[in-house]
Amino acid sequence: MNFTLKIWKQADARSSGLFQTYRLNDITGDTSFTEMLDILNNILIEAGEEPVAFDHDCREGICGACSLYINGRPHGPDDRITTCQLYMRKFEDNAVIYIEPWRSKAFPVIKDLIVDRRAFDKILQAGGFISVNTGSAPEAHTHPVSKKQADLSMDAASCIGCGACVAACKNGSAMLFVASRVSALAHLPQGKTEACRRARAMVAKMDELGFGSCTNNGSCQAECPKGISIAHIARLNREFLYCKNPGPR
Amino acid sequence: MHLGIVLYFCTTNNIPMEHIPDAHIPAGPLEQKWTRHKASLKLVAPNNRPGMKVIIVGTGLAGASAAAALGEQGYNVSVFCISDSPRRAHSVAAQGGINAAKNYQNDNDSVERLFLDTLKGGDYRAREANVYRLAELSNFIIDHCVAQGVPFARDYGGYLANRSFGGAQVSRTFYARGQTGQQLLLGAYSSMNRQVARGTVKVFSRYEMMDLVVVDGEAKGIIVRNLVTGELERFAAHAVVLATGGYGNVYFLSTNAMNSNGSALMQCYRRGALFANPCFAQIHPTCIPVHGTHQAKLTLMSESLRNDGRIWVPKNREEAMKLRKKQIRPSEIPENARDYYLERRYPAFGNLVPRDVASRAAKERCDAGFGVSETGLAVYLDFSDAIKKQGYKVIYERYGNLFDMYEKITGENPVKEPMMIYPAMHYTMGGLWVDYNLMTTVRGLFAIGEANFSDHGANRLGASALMQGLADGYFILPYTLPDYLAGKIGEKDLEISHPAFDTTQKQVHERIMRLTGNRSTIPTDIYYKKLGTIMWEYVGMTRTASGLRKAMEQLDELKTDFAAGVCVPGSQYTLNQELEKALRIADFIDLARLMAFDALAREESCGGHFRSESQTSDGETLRNDRDFMYVAAWEYLGDDQKPVLHREELFFEFAQVVQRNYK
Repeated sequence: MNFTLKIWKQADARSSGLFQTYRLNDITGDTSFTEMLDILNNILIEAGEEPVAFDHDCREGICGACSLYINGRPHGPDDRITTCQLYMRKFEDNAVIYIEPWRSKAFPVIKDLIVDRRAFDKILQAGGFISVNTGSAPEAHTHPVSKKQADLSMDAASCIGCGACVAACKNGSAMLFVASRVSALAHLPQGKTEACRRARAMVAKMDELGFGSCTNNGSCQAECPKGISIAHIARLNREFLYCKNPGPR
Repeated sequence: MHLGIVLYFCTTNNIPMEHIPDAHIPAGPLEQKWTRHKASLKLVAPNNRPGMKVIIVGTGLAGASAAAALGEQGYNVSVFCISDSPRRAHSVAAQGGINAAKNYQNDNDSVERLFLDTLKGGDYRAREANVYRLAELSNFIIDHCVAQGVPFARDYGGYLANRSFGGAQVSRTFYARGQTGQQLLLGAYSSMNRQVARGTVKVFSRYEMMDLVVVDGEAKGIIVRNLVTGELERFAAHAVVLATGGYGNVYFLSTNAMNSNGSALMQCYRRGALFANPCFAQIHPTCIPVHGTHQAKLTLMSESLRNDGRIWVPKNREEAMKLRKKQIRPSEIPENARDYYLERRYPAFGNLVPRDVASRAAKERCDAGFGVSETGLAVYLDFSDAIKKQGYKVIYERYGNLFDMYEKITGENPVKEPMMIYPAMHYTMGGLWVDYNLMTTVRGLFAIGEANFSDHGANRLGASALMQGLADGYFILPYTLPDYLAGKIGEKDLEISHPAFDTTQKQVHERIMRLTGNRSTIPTDIYYKKLGTIMWEYVGMTRTASGLRKAMEQLDELKTDFAAGVCVPGSQYTLNQELEKALRIADFIDLARLMAFDALAREESCGGHFRSESQTSDGETLRNDRDFMYVAAWEYLGDDQKPVLHREELFFEFAQVVQRNYK
């Protein structure tokens, strides 16, 4: 297959960027999107040009490093996958492919397609944990957790922190990301003690870092590689509101 | 034996040739060693802890858990990771689970049994005392992770569920769907984040360790490269902890993440830390087979699939040929024409034999001409029986995400036709030599998790890597590191203007300049693929003396070619991923030479190390306990010199050493 690639090139955070056009020929459909970029980069090096910088690591859709905005969609034209799990057979032959970094005020571009996502770490540092010291835990079977609650917690916890939800959102909101952590812990008895503090602190930090508000579009849910439901945002809102007016649940 | 400060003295150049590293294994009955040892370890009072600086390199399960636990105690911890966030460390990719001796299934599991299984799985090339401690701590890990909110799978009664893994006849593996590593790391990372909020832990993302600063045989700090600006920076501390994972990427194609590397290990090795059992590498039996020439890495299909999947190839070669040409489909092959070779050869363990055994058996069938897939290098992993017996819903609930992942990659649905799998490089049991306190032969330098060599011997059992990383980080290092730091109270950490920092940084700078100075156009990947081919061919699943010699010659050539010909475009003072890669490949080439050296010296087969010259009449590994019951710890003497072997003899007081038998 042959492709025309229009790739965002930007030297660093302070420089302005532009789309650079590359032609790439003889790519097989079984090549993953990141492998396609490997091929392009090696061709560029052999031609004495500088390769395209992009984040990637595990190449199996679990580390959350890869983060490309492809033809207007985070992680490109397939559902429930990350960029590294996107295969070129999903494109038409001779297609023109636009490749951009995540676009969000809270994720400044570092170079080319690489953005700074440390804002996510900061949100979790604000309260995305259970305060238990190592060595102080009771025996694991002390508190049974119903299978249903454990499964719901696992659904929420499957977030890999890639940031596609923010990139997909017209407001650049991180609500699905925050909700996934809050909801994962809120479904477990051990997460209840700090539930109020957690929801408030994480939401406050999200606002402080420049993420936008949620207007219930659902684009985050549509583009989440792990298929995390916006029902978890409802759970976050409930936790948050309950904290404002604590009373019987 | 009392174990205060490590007394023996060793720096790069003065370990006597005959010197056998002292592992400082405590005396006494096996089940009391750790308890007694803990009581003998020195403490640092809470008021002194904020003054003690600790550097941790790497934020996988071992690094993040250690940072959290030490932060909770009040130490001043700095954590470095090469990714944009600590949460991306390769521990996230572990799918299947984590072992613990809880015996929740009432199937007669115990700490003793987990200890014996792990020791036997490692083919009796690990220390009894370490492995026992690991088994002993396993249950506390589960307790702690549940308290952190790790959503482990549960049964309808609300209690934790278990599954089986290779090398065990009990169900002791805890799991969180196919994301166990991710969930455990989220737990450790969250606990570390809590310490960041408290101010005890500082995180440096997109920083790569470039060298270790050693003064008078003691680790005093590190030189790092800020991967965004390209600047070299200096950090001093009272102790340095290496948690940088394994070096499986030396094979180019492996299940490791693209950025996993062995450079920090090699830097420490060159600064005087002994490197133990470098040739012990694990080939995982269930990976998606290689396709095409541009593939950058291989994808693992969790070992847990072997709980319900049955592995087979056709009984006759003609059918195998037809399958390769896609003239027939595997589901058309009748039951009596299939060879379930693991069930046939190992009736007691069947499809759940350890990884090394399953990998070699797959290679044997494919080499004999029974392999399927276009390349002939694949076997089937079939769920049709399980679906027939337990129903599609049950099986899909267990493995759905793995089935989906397989379909995304291959375009085929494993429910309709069996999966195709083939072994791939996965984990390295070798690593920096550490004593019972997890300290290397450089005082003040500790190694935890996959970066050390200590617990898995010559082969690691499934679901034991997560257990070891977390045992080291949560429950061992937080006890043994203070024992070292207790001797440093009142001592200031080294000024970063100290000449040792100047010299080390200058050497790093020169190393970078040598790579960026070439005016060629050959990308690093060309050399990297060559390296992978040599390693897989000669230092892979089957090794011979002549092959290993050939590997060493070719690696020497590759080293010269790489240094002279590699092209690193762009400036070093910017984010430069090609430079990062080239620096790592330079270290991998040296590490590969060390692996070949070690593999040649170990003239026996054990675990994942299979020397063709040493096998039983039916093709199983044949150990030579008389001559090789030792840990091979290698000392660096210089780039152009052969490393020196130090033997740590292994003694088995409690376990009965037998030829491994899974029949």
